[in-house]
Amino acid sequence: MPSKLLVLENISKRYGGVQALDSVDLDINAGEIHCLAGENGSGKSTMVKIISGVVAPDPGSRIFVDGERQHSYRAIDAVHRGIEVIFQDLSLFPNLTVAENIAMSSTVAGGSPIVAWKEVREIAKRTLDRIRVDLEPNAPVETLSLAEQQLVAIARALATDARFLIMDEPTAALTRNEVDDLFSVVEELKTKGLTVLFISHKLDEVLQISDRVTVLRDGRKVGTYDVKEVSADRLTALMTGRTLVAKQKSEEQTYGPAVLEVDNLSREHEFHEVTLTVHGGEIVGLTGLRGSGRSRLALSLFGLNPPTAGSVKMNGKEVRLRSVQDALRAGIGYVPENRMVEGLVANQSVRRNIVITIIRRLLNRIGLLDARKTDEITTTLVRKLDVRLPSVDAAIQTLSGGNQQKVVLAKWIATEPSLLILNGPTVGIDVAAKNSIYELAQSLADNGMGILFISEEVAEVAHNCDRVLVMHKGRVVDELVPPDISEAKIKASINAIR
Amino acid sequence: MQSGERSTNVIKQLLSRHETYVALAIVIFSIVITAINPAYLTLRNFLGLFQTYAFWGVLAVGVLVVLISGGIDISFTAIATVAEYVMATIMLRFGGDIFTSLLIAASIGIVLGLINAVFIHYFKIPTIITTIATLNVYYGVLIAITHGSILHSFPSWFNNFGNMLVFTIPGSHGGSPYGMSVLTAIWIAIIVIVWFILQHTRLGRAVYAIGGNAEAARRVGFNIVSIQMFVYGFMGLIGGIAGFMHGLMIGAAEPNSIYGHELDVIAMVVLGGANLAGGKGTITGTILGVVLIAIMGNGLTIMRVSSYWHNLIIGVIIVVSVSFSAYRGRRAVVRRSVSKERTEAVG
Repeated sequence: MPSKLLVLENISKRYGGVQALDSVDLDINAGEIHCLAGENGSGKSTMVKIISGVVAPDPGSRIFVDGERQHSYRAIDAVHRGIEVIFQDLSLFPNLTVAENIAMSSTVAGGSPIVAWKEVREIAKRTLDRIRVDLEPNAPVETLSLAEQQLVAIARALATDARFLIMDEPTAALTRNEVDDLFSVVEELKTKGLTVLFISHKLDEVLQISDRVTVLRDGRKVGTYDVKEVSADRLTALMTGRTLVAKQKSEEQTYGPAVLEVDNLSREHEFHEVTLTVHGGEIVGLTGLRGSGRSRLALSLFGLNPPTAGSVKMNGKEVRLRSVQDALRAGIGYVPENRMVEGLVANQSVRRNIVITIIRRLLNRIGLLDARKTDEITTTLVRKLDVRLPSVDAAIQTLSGGNQQKVVLAKWIATEPSLLILNGPTVGIDVAAKNSIYELAQSLADNGMGILFISEEVAEVAHNCDRVLVMHKGRVVDELVPPDISEAKIKASINAIR
Repeated sequence: MQSGERSTNVIKQLLSRHETYVALAIVIFSIVITAINPAYLTLRNFLGLFQTYAFWGVLAVGVLVVLISGGIDISFTAIATVAEYVMATIMLRFGGDIFTSLLIAASIGIVLGLINAVFIHYFKIPTIITTIATLNVYYGVLIAITHGSILHSFPSWFNNFGNMLVFTIPGSHGGSPYGMSVLTAIWIAIIVIVWFILQHTRLGRAVYAIGGNAEAARRVGFNIVSIQMFVYGFMGLIGGIAGFMHGLMIGAAEPNSIYGHELDVIAMVVLGGANLAGGKGTITGTILGVVLIAIMGNGLTIMRVSSYWHNLIIGVIIVVSVSFSAYRGRRAVVRRSVSKERTEAVG
């Protein structure tokens, strides 16, 4: 029997009319990596807040740390017990150096009002050595990459002699390689006896890093499982409460005429002699490692990154794509990788975000926005895409990631494009929302739209696409058609060239 | 080999600092001004310059602390004016000595500064709004009571203190002796104290921390109330001291000689590299910002440029400096905001 570092029994939390958590039990073994998985709204964040003492659970809940019942359990008690949370926003000071960030807790808690800079540097060095990370202690944190900042946040937590680290969605904004680096640090910590609770909804990561996983759904505990006993599919089913049915791909399927024909398209240092075709009604997958040129190609097709050689035809006619306006005129829509920066105006309403692409069409005779037409289009699209929101006047930033992504889709669907480029359409959104994005892409294709589906997640490419192109170092190196489209075969193709 | 590497590193570090460029601008302007009129590059001119600008320099140091904390204070000119006026009134009616006068001005300043802090912290009013409002209230009350009358004929013990020199240099060729004014000495003392607070105390680092990320500062356990009380209380204290210095410098208290120059002081601090968004700024930069503005004003006069052009030229310098620093900083900032938004997008 491993010893229990933390035991939570019968945890409930009610916020007004919402039961965020309903009699949840959770136990954490000392020295394990435990994952708390669940979709948005499943109660993960509330759970983290209770464990870190930021929020008190409702009466009837019991918390034990090292077997001792905790009667009052506040944030400071958690810290004294060596329980540290790394929040999703990292809570770092961008203007201060790596060293000062790492030693900040001891600066705050230190007895003397004078800062001992020598000690600050020593703490930083010692902690960075401990996780075997090589960062310049004098660099301001704002000059680091997000992955490096994550490591600084971990180092800061460790500098306080934490023995139990809670990481809230640490991988949300990291690339695959950065995730691997992060995980090797976490593994390293585990060998040194640290306990980690890892919050995530990315299944492959859950399976890769954890020893046990506890699944929450709608505020209730579904169960705790040994990771060796569950598969990704099973976890998905547990998290969503339903199973995803893979698309039936047939070899016999017929498509409309070619929508997009790319012939020998090149851009120096980015991609070379790319030739591809997308037909109406067809979902063409484009995958490959990061840096393979997928996104650069997508940007070129959307007029943001003019190619240096080759030609592009839309619906049979040659087009020059020198600006976004050119792409719009040619009937191309583009859902970007980073929706908050490239796709949406975060503080504006859903309505305004949706109509931004078609604002010209909505002007009346005297050049003002036609309110009725705007309403009509917005409500139709919101209903069609099943965007969950309090009102079309809600600001984008108040929506969940999945709903935000649907708004991005809506604004391009409003332009009625004949080709829609989806670049990483499900980055950072949960399983159920992913699924509805997939369904949406399929129904658009069924209505005759051509779709270029760009993603580095092989599973979703296999799941959704009628044909798959693999890129490597700026070239299309492989093409897979049914019945060869499967996760394993695509992976094999990517690895073959590596 | 290694020492060569180290020296390139030092150069790299210098080039990454805003202060280097301000210092460079000072050197270049000095060369130009001296070429036109050698009277500029004399110790006498500089000591005189620092006497005049010590008052502004002191205010700039206070503003620096506020800007680092992520706030802004517009009301300090009103605080200085009120402090000076109350001090002068008491001095003229009851007499006293130099320390009591300083104490009165400083206390008035602290009280008014703390009033700002209370509004900012407890009513959560943006600092710029709060301090624009209190600027008008403090100044308005003063004008309503005094009808804008000027107080003068200060006691001789007060005026004599203002004329004191910390050290004296005999004038050459029969010129009058000159030296470093007590006002400059006060500025230097405040510079040293604030430098120490900002660089070497927990309080000073806390000011940087809340300016960089207020929420994170709260989570890590800093007491935000007391830090804000310190920041605005300290700005008030500085305002009070500046009011005292202004009395020493002018020998009279006139309600509208400081009021209206808020933005000039803020401009000096921003010129020195402080960021209006908070978290950034150094004492060195602030001193250089004040010095640059001082030598520009002085140099333009020495070069006989019509004073009608002064504002324009100084405005251009500020625009160029701030644009340049924004341009250099853009890459880091873009990277940061992208990563921040990515994290938010996932929520």
